Amino acid sequence: MFTLLAACGKMTLDFLEYVGGLFVMGWRIICALPSIFVSPRLTIDQMLQIGVNSFPLILLVSVFTGSVAAWQTAYQMVDFVPMRFLGVTVGKAVTIELAPVLTALVLAGRVGASIAAELGTMRVTEQIDALEAMAIDPVRYLVLPRVVAGIIMIPILSLFATVIAILGALVVSVSVVNISSEMFLNGVKRYFYISDLVAGQTKAAMFGLIISLIGCYQGFITSGGAEGVGKSTTRAVVVSAVLILIADFLIATLMFRMG
Amino acid sequence: MNDKSNNEIVIEVRGLEKSFDNHRVLNGVEMDVRRGETLVIIGRSGCGKSVLLKHIIGLLSADRGTVSVEGRTLSKLTRKELYEVRLRFGMLFQNGALFDSLSVGENVGLALREHTRKKMAEINEIVARKLEQVGMGGMENKMPADLSGGMKKRVSLARAISLDPDFILFDEPTTGLDPITADAIDDLIVELGGHPSVTSIAVTHDMASAYKIADRIMMLHDGRVLVSGTPDQIRSSTDPIIHQFINGLATGPLKAI
Repeated sequence: MFTLLAACGKMTLDFLEYVGGLFVMGWRIICALPSIFVSPRLTIDQMLQIGVNSFPLILLVSVFTGSVAAWQTAYQMVDFVPMRFLGVTVGKAVTIELAPVLTALVLAGRVGASIAAELGTMRVTEQIDALEAMAIDPVRYLVLPRVVAGIIMIPILSLFATVIAILGALVVSVSVVNISSEMFLNGVKRYFYISDLVAGQTKAAMFGLIISLIGCYQGFITSGGAEGVGKSTTRAVVVSAVLILIADFLIATLMFRMG
Repeated sequence: MNDKSNNEIVIEVRGLEKSFDNHRVLNGVEMDVRRGETLVIIGRSGCGKSVLLKHIIGLLSADRGTVSVEGRTLSKLTRKELYEVRLRFGMLFQNGALFDSLSVGENVGLALREHTRKKMAEINEIVARKLEQVGMGGMENKMPADLSGGMKKRVSLARAISLDPDFILFDEPTTGLDPITADAIDDLIVELGGHPSVTSIAVTHDMASAYKIADRIMMLHDGRVLVSGTPDQIRSSTDPIIHQFINGLATGPLKAI
């Protein structure tokens, strides 16, 4: 009984320490924010790394996302809903939900893991200590560029994913469901609100923050050599994925109020 | 060895205690370092030598006790003030801790780029000079992954001295190197520490290196300073623990395993 209580207590403490550490890092990022203009090169490098290099992967993922969305929706609509509503349904789902969330989940794997592994390795090989010893703030030098790049690039990738997914859906609708491209695109257009697109990209920016911040934090708290780096990397992906889904729900309840 | 040491105490450690996971590593360390001297801290692996070194530059914060550099207590400084103090330090890490995403030249020039307003050409010139000084001239474009252990240490040394620091900390400078390379690194440390205003602290368990570079040797044992004296005093010590350690004997008061 006592050991159970002690284990619960330790878990609570660990959790609070983790959350507290995240907030401390968040605060230090805010304090370091003005310095982003001093060395923009660091941020641009990360934008290339996180953003541009992720385009091929996002292209692949969103083509299939759109295609499957069209296929599944058509399957569910058969005999109940006229096919001219296919474009509306798929367009909405992709814009506000599928593109931002799937982009974020895939990037949690690609970007979050790579940030955690890189910074984790720097931690265990004392490179972060070396920066500190050289009076270079590692939060400014390593974390800030990655977080800013994440917040800027993930919405751009998500926007790109939205377009590609709708094109993917169009191809499936025309070739498999056998509706005309006009009918599909009219559906997309008629109920297209710019506010949906803004909402989707706002979510994506939030997810970008989650992925990069968790990746950096997890990297910073790494200990225990190669095994520690492995654990941190896994943890960065798992924690970001869970937080993305929780944040998605919270934002949905705030942004898309019904009635 | 030289008598450039004067009596001005520049680093003061008082009652320093530090534990990791309920294991007390430092247990009331008291230590003074004088300007210009080269102090070597010896002790067994895991006795807290590196931990002590990291407290001196503020990379770790003490559970109890204080570290002061030229009268400024590190734990009372803001981050900005701490960085000001650190700018006067150079540190050689155990495995070099070179940034693997940067080339050798960028590693050595990083602090210059970040902390000075020098032009690129001037920085490159300083980098070339520092690399030349450690025998790595012309290696600017190599990546750390392409270097051997000894070369990494040399580059790391060049990086540590890029801002001409007043204090240089060496964490196991010769560990893992072949005896000839180790001796070359020792020569460099002696050369760097030879400047009257440069205070050096080295941590090692390599006695050949300790005798060669030290003005004063201090032994850490059970989380405290066991003894402090000149290399000759240490060499002729009759204390069984010191005798066992400096002669590398498996039998004696210290348990070998």
